[in-house]
Amino acid sequence: MAVVEETGATVAAAPRPRGGPLASVRDSLVVAKRNLIRMMRIPEVVIFGLIQPIMFVVLFSYVFGGAIMIPGQSSTDATVYREFLMAGIFAQTVTFATAGAGAGIADDMHKGLIDRFRSLPMARGAVLTGRTLADLVQTALTLVVLAIVALIVGWRIHDGILNALAAFGLLLLLGYAFSWIGALIGLSVRTPEAATSGGLIWLFPLTFISNAFVPSSQMPAFLGHIADWNPFSATVQGCRELFGNPQGVVSDAWPMQHPVAASVLWSVVIILAFRTLSVRKYRSATA
Amino acid sequence: MPGAIHAEGLVKTFGDVRALDGVDLDVPEGTVLGLLGPNGAGKTTAVRVLTTLLRPDSGRAVVAGVDVLKHPNEVRRSIGLSGQFAAVDEYLTGRENLEMVGQLYQMPARAAKARAGELLERFNLTDAADRTAKTYSGGMRRRLDLAAALVVSPPVMFMDEPTTGLDPRNRQALWEVIQELVAGGTTLLLTTQYLEEADHLAHDICVIDRGRVIARGTSDQLKARTGGERVEVVVHERDHIAVAEQVLRALGKGETTVQEHTRKVTVPVVGGAKLLAEVIRELDNRGVEIDDIGLRRPTLDDVFISLTGHGAEEDGADPGRTSADADQAPAGTAGAAGTTGTAGTTGTTGTTGTTGKGGK
Repeated sequence: MAVVEETGATVAAAPRPRGGPLASVRDSLVVAKRNLIRMMRIPEVVIFGLIQPIMFVVLFSYVFGGAIMIPGQSSTDATVYREFLMAGIFAQTVTFATAGAGAGIADDMHKGLIDRFRSLPMARGAVLTGRTLADLVQTALTLVVLAIVALIVGWRIHDGILNALAAFGLLLLLGYAFSWIGALIGLSVRTPEAATSGGLIWLFPLTFISNAFVPSSQMPAFLGHIADWNPFSATVQGCRELFGNPQGVVSDAWPMQHPVAASVLWSVVIILAFRTLSVRKYRSATA
Repeated sequence: MPGAIHAEGLVKTFGDVRALDGVDLDVPEGTVLGLLGPNGAGKTTAVRVLTTLLRPDSGRAVVAGVDVLKHPNEVRRSIGLSGQFAAVDEYLTGRENLEMVGQLYQMPARAAKARAGELLERFNLTDAADRTAKTYSGGMRRRLDLAAALVVSPPVMFMDEPTTGLDPRNRQALWEVIQELVAGGTTLLLTTQYLEEADHLAHDICVIDRGRVIARGTSDQLKARTGGERVEVVVHERDHIAVAEQVLRALGKGETTVQEHTRKVTVPVVGGAKLLAEVIRELDNRGVEIDDIGLRRPTLDDVFISLTGHGAEEDGADPGRTSADADQAPAGTAGAAGTTGTAGTTGTTGTTGTTGKGGK
């Protein structure tokens, strides 16, 4: 093995960390860059992540399209349901970021990379923040593709571009919040496979017991209440408002009356709670 | 003056298992400590505690002059860790891996880039620098992992089984790198299952088993504890084993050991080469044809078996179980240990019965 003389003194330690929030941001960006490079080198993951929501758009709009009556609308017109549906599909899609974050972090644990990171003098939350930021980029990309497909099947925005952008902002915030839930799952399970299924299973009741696919007013009363207070419903409802899409009969529950505020509030609470729990878990994580 | 690595009374339990059961370690600056033990002895747990990855239940540790429990992030600036499973990102290139680690050691981006280039050259990875680590061979990956641990030239290094799974050529190459590091003043704690490796690289050796340090000293000191030299004879004909045993018993100082299937007879001796000549003459007189004969000093394998009652590699001990049971009756049929090379021939009668207890 060829060996080149070490430049300067061999025995030296790392420069004193500058510390503070700035170092934390820098470390997070370094890790985010790493995760984005990985995503580009494993495009299958991104592509499969796109196929699923596109499939949902097509299946729901054409299979259920003519069968579900949106209260307050005169007919079971399929185009009305498609407009109603899209916010639900968008929101469901961003929550799938949970599984990606969870599987990624579980994989890093499994491969010993988390050990490597934890032995470095870096900011404590940076590995997780970097991962969730990379997932946010992927979520944004997915939303762009999905919006194009939605436009093709007849979905439209009716309240101007600024409101539409605000709606996408709500969606990204929700996705970011859910990737922190994924981070905690990823740190808590033993294998990447468990993180994928553990990250997905609970999303089905969460997204179906909501106003995403069927108006809550058409559910049994107790399910309707759950749906009205479901954090997920607030985002869906907020998007419908901002897109100017059909909303059905809107419940009197506070989150349904103030969906944008409720959506932001829920997402911020989820981020704070799960970031705290995840970072604590990360500090003691063992593969 | 406390060493570069100093630990006192480290205890760590996982459920019922005491992975560390009061471990004390001291590694003077610029020296290499070999932490030697079988799977599950607690080697990795010790490294994880000292590298801030795991908090011990009790005990204290100081690394590079900093308290590990009180100021873990300070410690992290001064250490490099190279793990048992090469922890590099397989979807990043070698260069990207090293640049990332440099930046996370808080180096400015430009410095991290320059350092990555230097290390790639030093570890003969320049040609593969811009390929993803996924395409690397096992040896290349291990070199990249080691390079990642050396990004800041840390004064204290930890290597957890650095050569496990490497072929002899790559192992040799890695040993050279390690020796050079140490020549440059780095303090190193190295865990290994390979006695040869500890013998080759370490100034001091700690033998650890079931979470306890059961012996420590230099390689020579440990070997001396196991007893001195012995003569080992391989006879040409199976029928001659009995005669050879008689000769060795008469000239040696202690119990003979016979390994039937390799036709090998061993006895502890005093008197070195002179005695060896005498043994050869006597065997010749009696018409015993010799395939091989030699004066052997104990290996660390022998040390290990005499200290722990089982071989260094527990997996290797398992197949030995049946032969140990079958050979129980006759005195010296020690073949069962069956770990590596000479290990099988040296077990004293007392140890052979226990070789099979490995398993978990």
